[in-house]
Amino acid sequence: MSFLTIENLSAFVGPAPILRDVSLTVTAGEVRGLVGESGAGKSMIGKAVLGTLPPAVRVASGRIVLEGEDLLAMRPRDRRRVIGARAALIPQDPLTALNPSRRVGPQITNRLVDILGWTRHDAQVRALELLDEVHIPEPERVMRAYPHELSGGMRQRILIASAFAAEPRLIIADEPTTALDVTVQKQILRLIREMQARHGTALLFVTHDLGVVSKICQSLTVLYGGKVLEDTRVGDFFAGPTHPYSAALLAATPKYTDPDASLTPVPEAVIDGVRAEIEAFDRMHGHV
Amino acid sequence: MADARGLVKRRAGARLWLSAGWLTLLALAAVFAPLIAPHDPLAQDLFGARLPPFWEHGADAAFPLGTDSLGRDVLSRIIHGARVALGVALIAGTLTCLIGALLGLIAGYFRGWPDMVISRFVDIWMAFPPVLFAILLIAVLGTGLSSIIIAIVVIDWTRFARVIRAEAMSQGAMDYVASAQVAGRKRFSIMLAEILPNVLPTIVVLLTLEMGIAVIVEAILSFVNLSISTDQPTWGSMIAEGRLSIHQAWWVLVFPLITLFLTVLSFSQLGEGLKDHFDPVLR
Repeated sequence: MSFLTIENLSAFVGPAPILRDVSLTVTAGEVRGLVGESGAGKSMIGKAVLGTLPPAVRVASGRIVLEGEDLLAMRPRDRRRVIGARAALIPQDPLTALNPSRRVGPQITNRLVDILGWTRHDAQVRALELLDEVHIPEPERVMRAYPHELSGGMRQRILIASAFAAEPRLIIADEPTTALDVTVQKQILRLIREMQARHGTALLFVTHDLGVVSKICQSLTVLYGGKVLEDTRVGDFFAGPTHPYSAALLAATPKYTDPDASLTPVPEAVIDGVRAEIEAFDRMHGHV
Repeated sequence: MADARGLVKRRAGARLWLSAGWLTLLALAAVFAPLIAPHDPLAQDLFGARLPPFWEHGADAAFPLGTDSLGRDVLSRIIHGARVALGVALIAGTLTCLIGALLGLIAGYFRGWPDMVISRFVDIWMAFPPVLFAILLIAVLGTGLSSIIIAIVVIDWTRFARVIRAEAMSQGAMDYVASAQVAGRKRFSIMLAEILPNVLPTIVVLLTLEMGIAVIVEAILSFVNLSISTDQPTWGSMIAEGRLSIHQAWWVLVFPLITLFLTVLSFSQLGEGLKDHFDPVLR
């Protein structure tokens, strides 16, 4: 049974379409990758689900259904409550994702107190457990620290702990490893997979890194220009993508087995093909 | 790194203590003016007019900073003048800050139509020449302490609104705000609990600058005789009177000017010092 369903979602900035008739589903406990270049609209989909789209973005049509509740049809206040209780975000940049003027502890416990109505003490105990779970040494000290006193990797661990804190059913991870250096990336990725498996949370994993997708996801959606090009199981994708753009993207990924091989860019002809496809779509829908 | 931080801290410390010291001294003088001032600031003595300050020939030790052309004690008038100056600085500064910062926060965080309305209003407001605007306002409201305060608030809130709007906007784009939104917090509570603390250092700096500006504005209005009644000594009116006898008695002009200068400087340095003091990264 699908648990998050996005149906025919279209969104615009002014007259320019940024999401073109996007449909995708995430089943309970599944990890779905959302792959595309910069500007493909992958983060926008995450923001649309969480209700944090920038004011300039206008959703023109479509439905976003989370556990049977149509988010776009709800009043903003009800939507905030539903999302707050059932979904969470692991943001891209751990350096700006914690409030610099407040200590770390309350930033984790606030959610438990505000949304779930826990007592301060229970929330505190739970936060310490969570920090332990994400392998943070001396959790008591970290709870009292200001964000600038901690490294980027530490902060991302705290944000992961905080995302899982209220036991959400869905977590949207918006390129959670992009801002970290490579050695830390690997640890964080392993941690997210470990936490996801333990808590059985569905995960929508936004990334531009197919290597990451192969390690963590079960299914994936490939986007270009806000349009879904391919929606498939990860195994099938790596065995042989159906869309020429996805095939070119896969071919462009550097190989560990042959580090000296020169990189293959996505061929111009393929990009032109995708652009033509999008233009045809826009003409059909009268966006031009 | 640790050394640089220490240096910044020490320098901020010296600034903070010197400026806070001067302002405390002034505040005490203002509160206890009738007790501290050696003479009645209004008492005239035409036979003791234009007495020079204590180190010059012909000075009277009872009037350490000399007397003006009506024989009034300069020191006592400066001490009493501090009441008006500090009163205007505190009340006008705080009111301006509250109104301007709140509107700036709303415009910068909520964007959309509240931002449209507030920003257009600020643009129109700032196109008026401020001094002319002040004089016009006083002409309508009549002279008096409350008129000066109203004039300052009405003119200067735009300074806060503009700067705080920009700050709130850049803070609003941070991921921690998005996280708070996803957590289902109300937008107004996010504005106050998440954004405001990060904008606070800027507000403190602006507030203290505004207090300095308020002192200057009051002095300017006194100078053009639009401030308050002449039986309340103010630094601005002292400077205006001193200007007339600058060649015979420079001290009547210079001492209130120095006081004014030190006060405005102290306010701005206090703001910078406090900002460094409260900055979580530097702290």
